[in-house]
Amino acid sequence: MSSTLEHDPRVVEERAGLSGVLSEYGRRLRQGEIGQLPVVVGLIVIGTIFQVASHGVFLNPFNLVNLTLQMAAGGTISVGIVLVLLLGEIDLSAGVVSGMCAAVMAVLTTQKGLPAAPAIGLSLAAGLAVGALHGVWITRFGIPSFVVTLAGLIAWQGGLLLVLGKTGTINLRDPLITALAGTFLKGPLAFGCAAVFLLYVAVGPLITRAQRQKAGLTVPPLAFVAVRAVAISACVIAAVLVLDADRGISSGLLFLVGAVIVMDFVLRRMRFGRMVYAIGGNAEAARRAGIPVQRVRAIVFMLASMFAAWGGILGASRLLAVNQSAGQGDVLLNAIAAAVIGGTSLFGGRGSVWAALLGIMVIQSISNGMDLLSLSSSIKFMITGGVLLSTVTIDAVLRRSRTSPTR
Amino acid sequence: MATPARTTASTTRTPLLEMRGISKRFGAVQALTDIQFDVCAEEVVALVGDNGAGKSTLIKTISGIYRPDAGTVRWAGREVTVHSPNDAAALGIATVYQDLALCDNLDVVSNLFLGHELTALGMHGPFGIIDETTMERKAVEVLRRLSVKIPSVRIPIASLSGGQRQSVAVARSVLGDNKVVLLDEPTAALGVAQTREVLELIKRLREQGIGVVLISHNLADVFDVADRITVLRLGRWVGTYDAKSVTREQLVGFMTGAISGNATAADAAAATPPAPVEVLGEAPGAAPGAAPGEAKEPS
Repeated sequence: MSSTLEHDPRVVEERAGLSGVLSEYGRRLRQGEIGQLPVVVGLIVIGTIFQVASHGVFLNPFNLVNLTLQMAAGGTISVGIVLVLLLGEIDLSAGVVSGMCAAVMAVLTTQKGLPAAPAIGLSLAAGLAVGALHGVWITRFGIPSFVVTLAGLIAWQGGLLLVLGKTGTINLRDPLITALAGTFLKGPLAFGCAAVFLLYVAVGPLITRAQRQKAGLTVPPLAFVAVRAVAISACVIAAVLVLDADRGISSGLLFLVGAVIVMDFVLRRMRFGRMVYAIGGNAEAARRAGIPVQRVRAIVFMLASMFAAWGGILGASRLLAVNQSAGQGDVLLNAIAAAVIGGTSLFGGRGSVWAALLGIMVIQSISNGMDLLSLSSSIKFMITGGVLLSTVTIDAVLRRSRTSPTR
Repeated sequence: MATPARTTASTTRTPLLEMRGISKRFGAVQALTDIQFDVCAEEVVALVGDNGAGKSTLIKTISGIYRPDAGTVRWAGREVTVHSPNDAAALGIATVYQDLALCDNLDVVSNLFLGHELTALGMHGPFGIIDETTMERKAVEVLRRLSVKIPSVRIPIASLSGGQRQSVAVARSVLGDNKVVLLDEPTAALGVAQTREVLELIKRLREQGIGVVLISHNLADVFDVADRITVLRLGRWVGTYDAKSVTREQLVGFMTGAISGNATAADAAAATPPAPVEVLGEAPGAAPGAAPGEAKEPS
């Protein structure tokens, strides 16, 4: 028995081969199924502009390694933001929670004499506890997450000051903590990491395709999957070659990509992830399907605060200090902007955790590029805001063609 | 013209679901009084009545959302208690509500298995890994069996038409090996072709041996697919009639109270309104027999 559906005459047959792939891709673009394309195009544009404007400094290996160092903390916080956005919720406290948890770690190691590893563990636990408090408040009392985490934004700022006490700034000297973000992998190790990454991102879809073919299901054209795999591999190998020409792959970047891959697997392949998307799409339908909606919500807020804490730790490790303004200023806004620029919907149910990685790359590229040009903060903020608005606008305009007429 | 005889269950078979003397009261409102209702395997029973007749209350009682104050429920001849939606689901009763409860952002396969995803490697629980290929194979199989036509099982629900969404919602109720499927106004929002699609689907459910309970305002649809028709009026059971032996006019009479369900043939002939009765559309209050103090049923 063939497993294909009876064909609806309205369904357009896909052409085989490469031309079919291209025409299919064109159709998707026109109908708003654009995926990560705007971000990738945006990155190319940003890279080109700064490369020209900075007379070739922006894309040189030294600066790109710096860029990866700058991305780690914000990107990790953004991973948590993507999770709450997928539910159709928001976490405004992520920035200050990252600062407070970094302070917890700093105080525990420097003032309480705790070794680094348990201090980091307790800091992450503090993040989980904060998230649990948010989650319980949101689910038990039915208060919108916007309000609960806004209260958190204010309250945990006080928490940061309380933890730091009279010490305004704590310098970090513990070798393990400083190594978290400041270790570099070079040569075979770097390419080994790239191979693992490509196994997941490029080879994974090929394996999935083979499994589907074996099960007699419809499969995307081999050319489509193969072209995608080759393109991604080329980009990644090129990136690793460039980074390797300088200090190599930073551990901060490795942690960020690792977090993205783990959460991508949880979201796409595990039942928990399916529950998150279902709640973001239609919470009532999810409830009727037997999904423990409130419990999933609470767990996602815990994860979001935990990623905030981890981001704060990575940030502290890079700056080698925690001070009273840790996690404030543009930390939260960058994390949210990154998620949205990467294509995560603010209304829930649409997007992927890759948005955190690509989005933070855009945000930090702009920041880094403008620092190279020694532009003032005023211009930096305005341009970052403009980029955020324009990506979301491109997304909205392209997607409108999909949502208006229901096919 | 003779008034058709009221039938309780079909005489030859044990009904799959049998409800006797069901009553339900909400505060001052007696929503259901002494309702008799049953459905056998491999048949379609339509539940008709004007707005406020108690159709939705009865459906919610069957599906375990409301607990009846009085009456007995039998499942395959055995007396059972259905006190929660889970009880109903455990028996094999599935309900497809008007709002369908689908996730627009998820694809057809994900929606069909929502909350009951199949997992690989024997790992259950929230961190089980979803077995997409088996799920998709089963999804395609059930959609084929029901001849549901959709462009692909991997497109999001958002890009399907109303009839296709309804079909997916119905297919989901079949997937869990359910024996009785309750459909609440499945054709209410659909166009002509899509309505036809869904009615065909209902007939195929019957062919698969499923007992279908259909709530509908549209008598043309009811006559098209139903084997038996249960009429409710103001929370009371008017009667259950063989669809072949009852006419549209009589049905309208029963629904509006122009003909009493217990009437003899002679009474019915006398009581049948002289002018042809308009088919009840969506016009509540137009019913001539509606009692003035008719209570709205809480929903």
